Amino acid sequence: MDHFAVWIAAFLTMGIVSFLYKDNPWYKLSEAIFVGISAGYWFIALFWDSIYSKFWLGKEADPFLWVGVFLGVLMLLRLIPKIGWISRWPLAFIVGCTSGLYLINFLASNLMRQVQATIQPLFGPDFGASLYAAVGSIVIVVGTFSGLVYFFFSKEHKGAFGATAKLGIWFIMITFGASFGYTVMSRMSLLIGRIDFLLTDWLGLIR
Amino acid sequence: MSKGNRKYTPGRCALSAVLLTALGLILAGVPVATAQESSPVDTSVVTDSLKTVSLLPVTDVEVRDNPNDEGGTVRISWRPSTDDSLGRVALYFIYRAVAADGPFEKIGEVTAGTFSLLDGNASDDSSYYYCVVALDTKSAKAGLTPDMLVGLPTAGPVSSSAQWFNFQRINTFVACILLTTFILLMIQQAKSGKKLFIRKIAGLEAVDEAVGRATEMGRKIFYVPGTQDMDNVQTIAGVTILGRVAEMAAQYETWLQVPVSRSLVLVTAREVVKEAYSKAGRPDAYHEDQVHYLTDDQFGYAAAIDGMVVREKPATIFYMGAFYAESLILAETGNASGAIQIAGTAMPSQLPFFVASCDYTLIGEELFAASAYLSREPKLLGSLKGQDMGKALILVAIIIGTLLETFGIWDFSRLFSVID
Repeated sequence: MDHFAVWIAAFLTMGIVSFLYKDNPWYKLSEAIFVGISAGYWFIALFWDSIYSKFWLGKEADPFLWVGVFLGVLMLLRLIPKIGWISRWPLAFIVGCTSGLYLINFLASNLMRQVQATIQPLFGPDFGASLYAAVGSIVIVVGTFSGLVYFFFSKEHKGAFGATAKLGIWFIMITFGASFGYTVMSRMSLLIGRIDFLLTDWLGLIR
Repeated sequence: MSKGNRKYTPGRCALSAVLLTALGLILAGVPVATAQESSPVDTSVVTDSLKTVSLLPVTDVEVRDNPNDEGGTVRISWRPSTDDSLGRVALYFIYRAVAADGPFEKIGEVTAGTFSLLDGNASDDSSYYYCVVALDTKSAKAGLTPDMLVGLPTAGPVSSSAQWFNFQRINTFVACILLTTFILLMIQQAKSGKKLFIRKIAGLEAVDEAVGRATEMGRKIFYVPGTQDMDNVQTIAGVTILGRVAEMAAQYETWLQVPVSRSLVLVTAREVVKEAYSKAGRPDAYHEDQVHYLTDDQFGYAAAIDGMVVREKPATIFYMGAFYAESLILAETGNASGAIQIAGTAMPSQLPFFVASCDYTLIGEELFAASAYLSREPKLLGSLKGQDMGKALILVAIIIGTLLETFGIWDFSRLFSVID
């Protein structure tokens, strides 16, 4: 059975990889199996993780779970066209709560912590660090400052302000370049993992 | 402004801010904590059975409700064993019971040099007793049996409780009030007819061009709202922009297709597209199938969209929302198919891929500014301007803070410290 599963996995892996050549029936078959099985898998997983594990088993301990059930039932009212508009209420609830929660989280993490991390001495007797650290501090302060200027929307990027914004976008692009290279390397490890599966588990060429 | 409309004047905004602050402080002052006062205990007397395995006991064990939290946590702290400074203590074992005479169960251990522990598994409805024992390596390995703890001095009772206000985050509260005040002020100005300037954002200027291109070519527009659910602000921003794109597609009579990966996004996107078609005067042109579900699976979703792109060859593809590793898979296939691509996300790790493979990319906050930019609604424009005022304040804070720290004054940056 395990051997059969390895063959199926290898067949589907090769099918997905065949997309590199061009769209073809093998890829279409693999894609359809992937999408269909994953959709079914997620349905079952969400049922057991949310409806059964959280609600059915925990409803006695946490009465607030009934609120979720109530909102879920409202959502299902979409299936009845005459009162389908009620399904907008749980959507409004989700969007409103998300915005409120994220506002505080973003203020704490993206604003307060970021500002605190940016504020640091550029040089001076109390700094007591190497030239390397001093340059690092200057890069952080100047990069954050100019990057923030780039994200000003209510002022035209002209003159000194425009030059600072331009410096900011340079900082951002250099960061993107470094991030790109780093992530490509991590994707290579995924590819290596898949090739390793084909050569080791399927073909047995590597032992 | 009509008589029935609520007026937001600068004075009222400031007054609201002050009242909200006062309300927060009043709420904070309400004695909601039900925790017992800390109970210092002298544990200098140790049972005979314990002497055989443990070192000197710790003293002054204090237990109290952990402040500024949502309940369920008790803080246990103690004075170190005299053997700790001599390097003979390996671990401190912490025990808990619901009665002073036990039975005790071990809830955690900390290494020598650590003199506190948070018990995060407390119930707000129960009272607890705690005891702490210092052990050397040999005793810690052997462990303690319940009878060894009999008669050991305990600290308690204590119960955990939730607080309405987290005083450690008062700076975040003040920032929130300031930002809200700025936004309300600017919305008021925008509503009163003051023209608010918004600079050009290249990626959004290209939206018209991209929709027009699809119309001229007689091909579809694909709109991909990311792989996250409606509890992600980027998805919310993506779905908001979808409304504007759908309105234009309806006006130009171009087929818009929105494949989604989450059921809630499916429902919301359908509502938004339907409303956009109605707004454009073309409710008849809307089909529910335009917005369709594929799968929740990240790579299954990417594989399906890749297949659709190469088969249906859309003229324009929008990627607006939260993306992870699928970003490059999607954008590279769209690029190879020759579609004009506009992406927008606030995921720092995925932005490089969109920048490399799309024609235009909305970086971070540009995604959130897009709905205001495209709709030009006074409320949204005012909000954008208010956020800019917040950014100006941050820039000033960075300059002041950097100068102060450079000259050895360290307190300013502590204003921004956030403790979880």
